[in-house]
Amino acid sequence: MKTLIGLLVCLGVVVVLMPGHDPNAVSLLNAMQPPSAQHWLGTDSLGRDVLARLIEGGKISLLFAAITVVFAGILGTIIGLIAGLCGGGVDRLLMRLCDAVIALPLLPFLIVLSAIDPAALGLGDTGGQTRLMMLTLVIAAFAWPGVARLCRAGAQSTRKTDYVMAARALGVSPLRIALRHILPVVAAPVIVALTLATGQVILLESTLSFLGLGLQPPTASWGTMLNNAQNTIWSQPLLAVWPGLAIAATVMGVNLLGDRLRDRMDPYYALKVAGSGS
Amino acid sequence: MIRPFLTVLETVFLLIAVSILIFISMGLMPGDPVDMMLAGNPNATPEDAARLKAIHGLDQPLFGRYLAWVGNLLTGDLGYSRLYSLPVFDVLLPALLQTLILLGAALCVALVIALPLGTWAAHRPGGEGDVTIRAFVFTGQSIPPFWLALMLILIFAVSLQWLPAGGLEDWTGWILPVIALALPMVAAYTRHIRSAILEVKNAQHVLTARAKGVRPAFVFFRHILPGAMPPIVTIIALDLGTLMGGAIVTETVFNLRGTGRMIYDAIIGNDFNLALSGLMLVTICVILANRVADMLYPLLDPRLR
Repeated sequence: MKTLIGLLVCLGVVVVLMPGHDPNAVSLLNAMQPPSAQHWLGTDSLGRDVLARLIEGGKISLLFAAITVVFAGILGTIIGLIAGLCGGGVDRLLMRLCDAVIALPLLPFLIVLSAIDPAALGLGDTGGQTRLMMLTLVIAAFAWPGVARLCRAGAQSTRKTDYVMAARALGVSPLRIALRHILPVVAAPVIVALTLATGQVILLESTLSFLGLGLQPPTASWGTMLNNAQNTIWSQPLLAVWPGLAIAATVMGVNLLGDRLRDRMDPYYALKVAGSGS
Repeated sequence: MIRPFLTVLETVFLLIAVSILIFISMGLMPGDPVDMMLAGNPNATPEDAARLKAIHGLDQPLFGRYLAWVGNLLTGDLGYSRLYSLPVFDVLLPALLQTLILLGAALCVALVIALPLGTWAAHRPGGEGDVTIRAFVFTGQSIPPFWLALMLILIFAVSLQWLPAGGLEDWTGWILPVIALALPMVAAYTRHIRSAILEVKNAQHVLTARAKGVRPAFVFFRHILPGAMPPIVTIIALDLGTLMGGAIVTETVFNLRGTGRMIYDAIIGNDFNLALSGLMLVTICVILANRVADMLYPLLDPRLR
């Protein structure tokens, strides 16, 4: 993990020192150039600097994943806490919803939902921002069940503890109980789960962008870069290598971070893994 | 007595909810089917458009259209595909067969690799083999499947020119798609098989057999594997949705005419009937597989028989 973070820092330094290329600057005279001192990883079929687009794409992918995961986290926490605290029919209904979302074939549904025209929803503006937000919501709508289950379990196990009973006897509102007494209990596992989900979201976004349904060109994203590279794979095969390596390295880094966080927050987890496997 | 009934009711309810969701999202896609039909015809008048819309029932409100669609579906009429100018049924069936062959082959390849790997990793948890395999699993789960497919094309079709980059002219066309689909599954299954075997490896009946001096191979096949099988089968069944997603990606990259690719093309090309039927078909398959896995679990587990 340290190596990967080190690599990211190095990449950051490179960005600062690099000859300033605009990731979206088209220059047809410089198209399809091999790596050179001017363009370290060469240029693509429109003459855009590959390294600049790689870095820009990384920024966008990470930002997108972070926002999506936060949304999914909020949604999952709210649903999980409601289910765990209310119990009974509400709990059963919400958990069935959870099962249903998990049971659906994820990618086909993401493809359908991300093909929706924002204009048809009355959002008018079909610019990049609207699309980005819609995509965020669509992926978050499928990413919340894991967190919801954690929160529900946490709420159920704390609901009958003395301090929650005491708080309730004192007339503390359910909302305050949820926020002050239950949320801190589930915070650690939720953070771990969300970190691990970040890697999945990056993979999903890049897949959708690769299929032409995620972030739209000319926005640089690793998925759209691979989509373009697919057309030039015979003439410029290296263009298909870099974005994939970037995705794999990032997802691996995020997953390692998640594993490390889990070990820190739940010291017994490592023992459990060694004993029974995960 | 009431439980199986509830499960069926719930499944039906879920399918209805899903079909409404798909139906509404299809209506929200860019491009109106009739406008697209008329776009190529300069002589078309607004009256023609209105008439065509009436023929296809597009002048009805959304809910009315949904009910009409469900009615047709129940009588076995899936409508016509706009892209292929054929009944949806005739388009979907061959595609489904091809996808099933692809998925089946990939599943077999994945299990043939993952079973020994998982078993080996579980043999000595924390040992050298386990650590190596865990690193492999970790890498495998971080690599985007579509990029893996691209890299396979790059290596075996572009550089070495051993295998075709796409299409199914002869059997060699199957090799790369099956590998591309199987490798991510190997990574996931190895992990699950390892845990499943670790769960039963130190169970009392296994220890007894070992203490009696039963041959290790016999202990493995007679005592460990049957105990480890139920969770493995369940996970494979639950994984069918992911597998379907993999099929879309693989079929798109390798240009195969399977269900996954067909659904994708239908959504991109505004082929309402085809997309709707294809998606429903896939969803029904995946949800049924989930339910069957739930029901199969007690039958597979020798301890529950």
